[in-house]
Amino acid sequence: MKRLLKSAIAVTALGAGYAIAGPGPDEDQLVIDGLEITTEVAAPEGSPLDTLYSGWRFRSDATQSLETDDFENPAMVAVEYGIELWETPAGASNKSCADCHGDVESLRGLRANMPRWNAEKGKPESLEHIINDSIVAHQGAEKWKWESPEMLAMTALIGMQSRGMPMTVETDGPMADWIDKGKALYYTRVGQLDMACSNCHEDNYGNMIRADHLSQGHINGFPTYRFKWQGLGSLHRRFSGCMKNIRAEPFKRGSDEFVALEAYLASRGTGLGIETPAVRN
Amino acid sequence: MAKVKPRVKVPKKAKAGETITIKSLISHPMETGQRKDKKTGDLIPRRIINKFEVTFNGEDVITVDIDPAVSANPYFQFDMVVPEAGTVRFEWTDDDGTVYDLEKKIAIG
Amino acid sequence: MDLNRRNVLILGTGAVAMAALPLPAFAVDAGVDEAIAAFTGGADVADGGVDIEAPEIAENGNTVPVAVSADGASEILLLATGNPNPDVATFRFGKLSGDSSAATRIRLAKTQDLVAVAKMQDGSFAKAGRTVKVTIGGCGG
Repeated sequence: MKRLLKSAIAVTALGAGYAIAGPGPDEDQLVIDGLEITTEVAAPEGSPLDTLYSGWRFRSDATQSLETDDFENPAMVAVEYGIELWETPAGASNKSCADCHGDVESLRGLRANMPRWNAEKGKPESLEHIINDSIVAHQGAEKWKWESPEMLAMTALIGMQSRGMPMTVETDGPMADWIDKGKALYYTRVGQLDMACSNCHEDNYGNMIRADHLSQGHINGFPTYRFKWQGLGSLHRRFSGCMKNIRAEPFKRGSDEFVALEAYLASRGTGLGIETPAVRN
Repeated sequence: MAKVKPRVKVPKKAKAGETITIKSLISHPMETGQRKDKKTGDLIPRRIINKFEVTFNGEDVITVDIDPAVSANPYFQFDMVVPEAGTVRFEWTDDDGTVYDLEKKIAIG
Repeated sequence: MDLNRRNVLILGTGAVAMAALPLPAFAVDAGVDEAIAAFTGGADVADGGVDIEAPEIAENGNTVPVAVSADGASEILLLATGNPNPDVATFRFGKLSGDSSAATRIRLAKTQDLVAVAKMQDGSFAKAGRTVKVTIGGCGG
């Protein structure tokens, strides 16, 4: 009886009460310093959505404009720090990333395929895992914390190399299982508010919840500069924040759950242009 | 705390007497002094960039007295007349006394 | 008046035009008056001749783009009348400034009026105001 009541309240909240019919995604086109970015694409086969829209299409003109110019984009200061880190020798090896990898442009395409299956570990990995493995094994340096300025700078820099490319994640083979796990998480109600990701991002995208314009919840822009954070933040931070909003105990950054969710969302957003580092509210 | 880094967008060339637009940004949390530490409940002390000064070949272009209501990673856009070739000098003053600076040359052509 | 679509549109346009005009000092309070008096030394302040550009609705109060300009001004004081402290910034234009204008991004605690007071080169003062609505997110996310 209690469970029915909770669900009924949640459904009412989004049905009649809190979520107000909104304007839907706008018509603006995203061009960043001359590069056209795909913010609208037909949904992949089997998707519950018809058309995929980037979160950029749901933001106000003022917010959108900050992403169209690499000077105005406040995330770019972090990218510059990333370049500095890329070229600085570190760890016992006293080697820089550049010493082995050359120009960071050589990592173009890496972020577009995240998360990536790691056969040795027997599970998929986020970009943060890959970076830490590399700096520990190849530089003899200390791991970076998930949300540290260094990790954010590096994921922003590497992510930016894939900017404009369509988001594609491997969905076959061992990834399929993890994507299913992520899908289950996406549709599971959690927390005191007893809500699932889908309640907002699938059932109500385009609508307003109070004054927030709900997006489809895609991940093509991460790490993202959010006004709310007054800074750059990782995808797993965003997941964590969403869960806290629902008054649920969030999973940890880098956890299997968040990696599975990331894998599912990458598959759900297949085809959208990478915008890393994006600007959102 | 993340590093404080300035960056500016200045045209490399201008005609003598032309008015150009300059953009500037410096990464800085602009801690207002009104936020509380979530763990201890103590107020996080104020620390902002309180002044931004721009000169060209030593002449004043613009000075901004900044209060905590300016957003984190303070951004300023303004215009400048370019009378001759020279150097634009930018200075950001932190509450803690540090002055961050940057210079860009402009050629006439 | 017949509230047909044409009339509503005209009324609507009128409302938008109103918002762009300099506002009388109805929304200011003591802190704001003090800040203005400190800037002007108590001199008279005319209405108009100062432009404030800001979004009608700010998606996030942390980062609201604002631009101020006033032909012939040597200084412009920008105030956020609804913030805990109304001071935002004072722009002082030098010889090489080209025009007395500047843009920045500011923090607004809630829906409120912005006020810009310009000190002209001839020593006179002028001001204008503009309302910015500040929204609160849904889940607070």
